[in-house]
Order: sequence, then structure tokens, then C-alpha cells
Amino acid sequence: MTTLLDVVLFLPIGLFLLVLLIPREMGETVRIFSTIVSIIVFLVSLGLVFNFNFGADGYQYVTQFQWVQDPNIQYKIGLDGLSIWLVLLTTFVTPIAILISWKAIDTRLKEFHAYILLLEFCLIGIFVSIDLFQYYVFWELSLVPLSFMIGIWGHHRRIYAAVKYFVYTLTGSVMMLAAILYLYNRVGSFDYQVILGQISSGALRFTTLEENLLFWAFFIAFAFKTPLFPFHTWLPDAHVEAPTAGSVDLAALMLKVGTYSMIRFCLPLFPNAAREFAPLILTVSVIGIIYGAFVSLVQPNMKKLVAYSSVSHMGLVVVGIFSLTQQGLDGAVFLMLAHGISTGALFIFVGFLTDRKDSLEIKDYGGLVHSAPALSAVFMMFVLASVGLPLMANFVGEFLALQGAVEANFPIGVAAATTLVFSACYMLWLYQRVFFGPEPKELQQEIYEMQPREWGAMLPMVAVLLWLGIYSQTFMPAISHQNAAILRMMNANRELQVSNPPLATPILPAAVSMPPEVPVAR
Amino acid sequence: MQLWLIPLIPLIGFAINGIFGHRAPKRFVNFVAIGSVAISFALVIKVIATLWPLDLAYVERGYPWILSGDLRIGFDMAVDRLTAVMLLVVTGVGLLIHTYAIGYMAHEQGYARFFSYLNLFMFFMLVLVLAANFPLLFVGWEGVGLCSYLLIGFYYDRQYATTAGNKAFIVNRIGDMAFILAIFLIFVQFRTFDFAAIFAKLPAIPADPGFGALGLITLLLFIGATGKSAQLPLFVWLPDAMAGPTPVSALIHAATMVTAGIYMVARSAPLYQLTPAVLDIVAMVGLATAVFAAIIGLAQNDIKKIFAYSTVSQLGYMFLALGVGAYSAGIFHVMTHAFFKALLFLGAGSVIHAVSGEQDIWKMGGLRKKTPITFATLMVAGVAIAGVYPFSGFFSKDEILLAAHHHAPWMYWVGVGTAAVTAFYVFRALFVTFFGSYRGEAHPHESPRSMTLPLVALALLSLGGGFLNVPHFLEPMFPLGDHGHDFTLVAIALGAGLLGILTAYIFYIVKPELPQQIASGAGGLYRLVLNKFYVDEIYDTLFVRPLINSSRAFFWPVMDTRIIDGTVNGIAAQIRNVGRVLRSWQSGSIRTYASWVVVGSVVILVIVTMAGGVR
Repeated sequence: MTTLLDVVLFLPIGLFLLVLLIPREMGETVRIFSTIVSIIVFLVSLGLVFNFNFGADGYQYVTQFQWVQDPNIQYKIGLDGLSIWLVLLTTFVTPIAILISWKAIDTRLKEFHAYILLLEFCLIGIFVSIDLFQYYVFWELSLVPLSFMIGIWGHHRRIYAAVKYFVYTLTGSVMMLAAILYLYNRVGSFDYQVILGQISSGALRFTTLEENLLFWAFFIAFAFKTPLFPFHTWLPDAHVEAPTAGSVDLAALMLKVGTYSMIRFCLPLFPNAAREFAPLILTVSVIGIIYGAFVSLVQPNMKKLVAYSSVSHMGLVVVGIFSLTQQGLDGAVFLMLAHGISTGALFIFVGFLTDRKDSLEIKDYGGLVHSAPALSAVFMMFVLASVGLPLMANFVGEFLALQGAVEANFPIGVAAATTLVFSACYMLWLYQRVFFGPEPKELQQEIYEMQPREWGAMLPMVAVLLWLGIYSQTFMPAISHQNAAILRMMNANRELQVSNPPLATPILPAAVSMPPEVPVAR
Repeated sequence: MQLWLIPLIPLIGFAINGIFGHRAPKRFVNFVAIGSVAISFALVIKVIATLWPLDLAYVERGYPWILSGDLRIGFDMAVDRLTAVMLLVVTGVGLLIHTYAIGYMAHEQGYARFFSYLNLFMFFMLVLVLAANFPLLFVGWEGVGLCSYLLIGFYYDRQYATTAGNKAFIVNRIGDMAFILAIFLIFVQFRTFDFAAIFAKLPAIPADPGFGALGLITLLLFIGATGKSAQLPLFVWLPDAMAGPTPVSALIHAATMVTAGIYMVARSAPLYQLTPAVLDIVAMVGLATAVFAAIIGLAQNDIKKIFAYSTVSQLGYMFLALGVGAYSAGIFHVMTHAFFKALLFLGAGSVIHAVSGEQDIWKMGGLRKKTPITFATLMVAGVAIAGVYPFSGFFSKDEILLAAHHHAPWMYWVGVGTAAVTAFYVFRALFVTFFGSYRGEAHPHESPRSMTLPLVALALLSLGGGFLNVPHFLEPMFPLGDHGHDFTLVAIALGAGLLGILTAYIFYIVKPELPQQIASGAGGLYRLVLNKFYVDEIYDTLFVRPLINSSRAFFWPVMDTRIIDGTVNGIAAQIRNVGRVLRSWQSGSIRTYASWVVVGSVVILVIVTMAGGVR
């Protein structure tokens, strides 16, 4: 039985194939076609929200069939409160990434749009996969389109950046692959729900060493992807070299894969290790928050500045996660969405500027507010979101993540809260140098102001930014619900570890119970 | 009763002027900007009249903003007597200043932008005072900070203005960080953010004589207040903030926003009552700031900077009041200060307007005849701030000093000394500006009526505002102490103000050569004061430069590029073969890439099969 989720997952790959069929000469057609179909994918994905049962636990829209008999690999997808908004974010950002590339990309249009759609397919695949093997395939596959977007349409050091990105992430994920295979070896299934069920019921027990190693194997892969200090140095290079659409996809979507996976796998599967290493991870994340801000402060290059600010912000997401509190987790997930919008938009704006004047250097700009007041005003909104001003998206996430951090450990909370000060330093200084100042002589007014196509890309971003910031209740219940379930699982699993004899009735939260009609292939 | 309408209407005004204002005629912009504030003012009066006598707080629950587990933050608003006073001050003085700005900004670029920012400020300020919980108060708090930043940097082609804006925002953010940490701790402690719910839990909680959980909360709240209300050590942004247009200095940096810290501490009074040690710190910091800023004010020559330091000093008085437990006296002084300090700034603006933008008092002089209304109203403001009976400043300052004497007599004496200094430097500015002969090159002229009318209105309020018995009105919330009115103490305080005025009169009108002699006699000490005790330079050396230099010289080039990236590239060099394989991918077509993916998947499948086989 197929569900709407299958449709949303496979639409992009189907369109990807269609794009490949369009003759190479019809570049303009590819552009228009991709823009329209990506919007259609977004509209279809809205259906996922309308039919989502926000009160229910666990996965919805589950589809499952055997992919490979031996080894036991399934095609199994589903959507829950953790993934629903990330899928929506993916389908929302993709058309915008296509739209803003109309001017910047003028070679190999066909391949470019094919890659964007392939990337959308991979990202949705990562967020909805329940089978770990399938998840891993999507994870690795997602490297390909982004690497090539950087490698083909990037700037002059693009090959270095693409390879660096590829090798970095691949290195991290090799260990994860080993861990996934190890889990399969123990359980006989790649099915996340089955593995979780066995851990919860006590059928599957790890020694402390086993659990720690498995935890780190997963965590390191995610830390590379997030990226968590000190695994972050691929990010600035990748951003600087990437075309705007690549930067947007990278910042808004790809970075979320790491932190999403931490919540999905590290916490419920290895709760004891997560708890034991939480102080260490919190410390490293806080160092990352401050370090990213410091380095961001002195960047002469706009894209690098925003890239390092991402390191700082994503550090706060990890702090929220490993506070292991309801507020911290909710804040972390919300901040993922908010960061996707706000930082994605900042990269789009940097793209707008480079469309007009081929430079990423801050010193080449100044006084833009005279010739482009509207562009300056909208840019200011995203700067303010980025510094965590209330009523903008990021504040809700930051507030909850910091609340969680303070509850977990006050000094960590204090150190993490310095982001309020430092983010203001680097963002306002950037804004001052690019937009304020006397009117430059050589610029022409009409070129600098926002164009209708650019308004078309930015207005939805502005709307979502404010929506997230003012009415978080559209998004929060699903997130909160799922995070509560994850915390319950963590606690239940800990109790199992403490009380040695296996319990007669497994503590199996509804969230992880298997649908009874589905036979577990062995 | 719809409380949310009060802030919402200026917000609509902001949106209209922000989006359409630059294409609309000025009359339209005026109508929207002043109309929205006038409606808010009318609504405030209606709300207060309806809820009179306001014995209990009236709470209105809005929709939930953030829900997470047991954490709930709603757009909840409340009105009690404290809020009522603040609402009247904010909308009333705000309305006068908006009106004044029509004339002041008439020939400026960015007219609509200016008024849209002012309206946005009104929105956030009203949210701040109406908030029924800490996070919503923080929303207003951050929002007014934003507007302050935007308006300080209003003349964005001047670098000193935008730099002053950045400085204001960042220094405020240091305080905000402490504030938000206090909010988090409040939730940890009380599991709620609502004022009423928190205060309801207090009777069951023992007082915190030192700096335990409660003490930490109130201390952090106070650090937050020192940012917004420009107290030691975070006051450095306020003098620079004078780079903004003068109506902004009057509205935001004198009458309303900078008093948000006082309001926040007074709002948290039940918490502070349990932490006497922190209250002592509040009093000390307030008193120290009052003295320190007054001394700096002695040697300033820029008319707006003089009044800026005077604002810092007067805010110090208000914190002194809070610290000695006289919350209502502090709020009383917030109100009277809003009257006379807004008047001082608007008057200064009128003077600057008259002499074509000059701000140095030594390039003015003799303006008494040229700008008679400005002169008369500014004198009223000066007498009020000096604390002379029956002007408004006398009443509120009197309350503060008597409460300080009751708490610790030495605080009273320091406060009285500061009052004399305050009277001296304010009248120094006024005498130099208005007496003697004109020393500039412009052609001074009186300001238009839209500017002088607000001056007259504020002069009347500065004159009679003291008879509004705010402490009595607030008594249900903040019980008055039992310190009686010791006539000697009142007389001494009054005498100090008169002495300050008299000394200024001798120094700057009778014997104008005297100050120069004293200044050269004091030498190093004078230079120290003239350079504002080098506080900016000290902060720059201690904090700003090390931060930027370490990032520029170490974190980025060494730590990031050499150590972390160098390690990675070193490893990469060792496994160059892998890199060569990867590079060869680049030249292929999509089919090649796709086949790589397939090959990879097959390899993995094989591995998995083997793994499964040995299971």
C-alpha cells in the first residue's frame, strides 16, 4: 500500500528522471519546469500535514515491503513529529533554491536542476527512512549531488572544497556503517523499530563498552555532518566554493541531517552512553558556539562569516539535544527549522549581492542601503533573526534550548548564552560594513534593488520566519510529542539497565510498537 | 477590554509607514504616526478609567506563544497600578515627543522611516510594560533595544552613528544575557514565568540572605537592568547614543526605554524583598553611578552629552530608591524625570535646531532673547531637576533621599552632594547657552509651534507633576515606609539644589573666568574627568581588542587553518590514493556517477550478506 509519503519521496526522483530526458539545448525549459514541479512537490507535501494525526504517537504513513530477502533489507518509510517539519522544510527550500539560481547558473542547466531534485529526494529519504540500511543509502547518496554542485558550479577552489566535503563526511559515516552492520548482526534486522523494540524490551542488551563504541560510531558521523567543532573545517570551504543554491541546501537542509540523526538514533538506542557522555558533548558544543562566533567575527568574506555563524548556531542545537530535557530537545528541533530559514536566507542574500557584483569580500561593499532600501530592510530581518531577536523564528528555539541547558547544567547554560552577545557582534558588524556608510559613487540604483523574482523567493521566507517566531504552536506540538516519547524511551531503557532481571512485560512505548499486521521477515 | 490593542495600533502604524510611507506625503505619515500613538493614549485612559480603582491586577490571557512540556509562555497582558503609571508616561510623553518630531524632522531625509521606527518603539515599549510574564517582558525589552539601535544609527551614512548603534545593541546584549539567564533560573525555581504565579509562591519560600538560588536570580535581573538603564559598569553606550536624532534621545534615551530597568526591578520587587543582599548591591551601584556620571557631566561641552550623563546619574538615583526599598519613590522619579528630562532634551533639540545643528555649548550663548519659549521652558526643566520646591523633581527626589536616609544616613549625604553637583552642571549648560553673547555663526531663531507646544506642555508637567502623588497611588503594591518627613533633611536637600544653581550662576555669569582657572589648577584631575575616566578606552583594551586580536591572530589562522585543517589535510595527503580515485569521478557523466552509486551499494550488500552469514 502506498501512502502520500511515498508520493512525496518519489516525486523528486521521478522529476529528476524527467529532467534528464529534456534535451540539453532547452535550458530555459529545464529552469521553468524545475521551478514549477518543485513547487508542486511542496504543495503535495502540504498534504502530509493536513492528514497528520498530531495526537498520535509514533510513525504515520508507514509503507513497508521487503527489498532484499537476505540480508533482510526493507523499504520502510514513515513520518513522525520529529521528521514531518524537516520534510516540509526540504520541500519548501528546494523551489526557493531553484528560483534564486535563475541568474547565477547559466551552464549545464540540465545537470544542475537534476542534482537539486536528486538532493531533495535523498534528503527526504534520510528523514523518512525507518530501515537503517535504506537510511544509510540515502545518507551516502546525498553526498553525490551536493559534491558535484560544488565541484561543477563552484568558484575557483571548487574541486578542493568538493573533495574535502566528500572525504570528511564519508570518513565519519564509515564508522556509522560499521555500527549499523554490528546492530544488524545482533538483531537480524535493519528495522529501526525492531531494534528499538528489542532494546526497550531487554531482548537486546549491550555491555557498557559495546554501547559506548556504538554510540560514538554514530555520533562521530553526525558530528561531522552537523558540523560540530572540531570537525567543522569542511563547512566554510564548501560554502565559499558552492554556488548559492548549494550553500542554501547545505545550510538549510544538509546540516540538519546530523542533528536530526542524533535525536533519532543516539538518544533512544544508546541512552546510557548518551547520558554518560552528555557533559563531554555539552562542553565541546559550547566551545563550538563560542569558537564559531570568534572566528566568524574576523572573517573578511561574507559567506565564511555566515558559515562560521552556522557552526556556532548548530553548536547550540547540540547543546539543546544533550541537555536531555524536554525544553532542550524541543528547542533544538525548532532551532533546526529556524536556522534553516534564517541562515538559508542569509546565503540567498549573499547570492543576491554576488549576482550584482562578483565579490564575496565585505570590503568591496558599503552603503548599499542608499541604492537598495528594501533589500537592506529584508536582509536586516534575517540578521535580527540570526541574533535571536524575539518574535523571529530563532528566538523560540534558542530560548528553549538555553532553558534546557540551564536545567541540565548552569555553567553550560551561561557559556551557551554568550551566543546572544557574540552573534550580535558579528552580524551587526557585517551589516554595518555592507549596508551602512556613505553612498558609493559607481553603483546604479535600479540594479541594486530587489527584483520581482527575488521578492518571490524572499517573501515566503519572511512569512515563515515570522510565523515560526510568533505562532510556534503550528509546529511545536508534533515536535514536543515526539521528543517526549524519546525521553520516555530513554528513561525506560535506563530502568531496564538498572534492574537486571528482564521484565515480564516489556516497557514498549506506543511510539515504537510494531504494527501487528506486518510480519517481521527473518 | 482588549489590552493587546494598545500596543497593536502603533505596530500597524509602523507597518503602514514602513511599507508605504516613503511614497506618501508627509501629512499622511504624520497622521498615521501621531494618530496611532494618540489612539493608544486614548485606549490607555479608557482602560484605566474602566478598571478604576485598579486595586487588583487585571490580567488578560492571550494565545500561547511557546509551549514545551510544562513550560508555557502566553501573550498575556496585565494592568495594575504600576503598569498604569508606566502606560500613562509612555503614551503621554510619547505623544508629545511624536508631535515635536514633526517640526524637528521636517527637513530630514528618511522622514517616514523615522516615524515608523518610533511607532515600532511604542509597540515594544507597551508590550514591555503590559507583559504579564517575564519572557513577554523580555520581548518588549529586546524590541526597544532594537529600535534604539535603529534610531541611534538613523543617520546611517555617518560611521560614528552606526558604530554607536552597534555599541548600544551589544552592550545591552550583555545585560540581556544576564536577564534571560535569570528568566531560565526563575523557571527552574518556580516552573512558571507568570508574575502573579511566581509571587503567589513566594510566601512559602524562605528569604535568601546571601546569593543562593533567589539571590542569583535577582542579581542577574539587576545586571540586566544595568544594561538597559545604563548603570555602572554598562552605562558606556548611553552617551554615544546621542548620535541619534534628538527626539529619540528624549523619548528612548531619557523618558521611557532607559527606565525599563527600573520598571523591571520594581515589577520583581517581591523577589527583591527576599534578597536583601542584592538590594544592597542595587543601592550601591545606583548611588555610585549617580555620583560618577554627575562628575563626568561637569566637564562635558556637548549639550546632549551633558544631559545624557545627567540621565545616567538620575537613573542611578532611581536604583538607589529601589535598593533602599522605596520602589514607589523610584517609579515616582521615573515619571517626573520623564517630564523634565524629555523637556531638557527637546529643549536642547530646539536650541540645536535654532543654531543649525551646533551642539557645543561654547559655540552658543545669548540665546535667551532669540529663543524665548525654549529658554523659559528649559529653565523650568533645570529648576525641576535641581529639586527646587514646588517643581516636580523636588517631590520625587525628596522621597528618594528620605528613604535613603532611613536606610543608611551616609547614602543620604552622598545623594545630597550629587544633587548639588547635578544642579550645578545643568545650570552651567543653561547659563552658557542662554546668557552672555552669541558665539556662533548661525542665525538663531525660535522653533515652529509643533515644537514649542510640546515644550510648554512638558514644562507644565515638570512644574506641576510633583503634585501627582504617585507613591500614595502605588501604596497597595509598595507599602510606604514609616520614615516621617524630617523637615531638616528636606531643607538640606533643597538647599543643595539651590547652592548648585547659585554656584553655576557665579561661575558662568558673574565671574566667567573662574572655571578656567579651576580647570587649569586641577590639571590631571580635570583631564581625567574631561576624558570620562577613560572608561571606553579601558573596555577597549581589556575586552574588545583581545577578542578581535585573538580571533584574528590565533583562532582563525592558527587554530582553524593550521591545527585543525592542517591535521585533516595531513591525513588526506597520507591517503592520497583515495583522493585520486575521488578526483577521477569528476570527469565522468551522470551515468558514471550513478553506476558508482550502484557499485557502492552492491559492495555494501556483499559485506552485509557476509556479515549476515556469520551471524
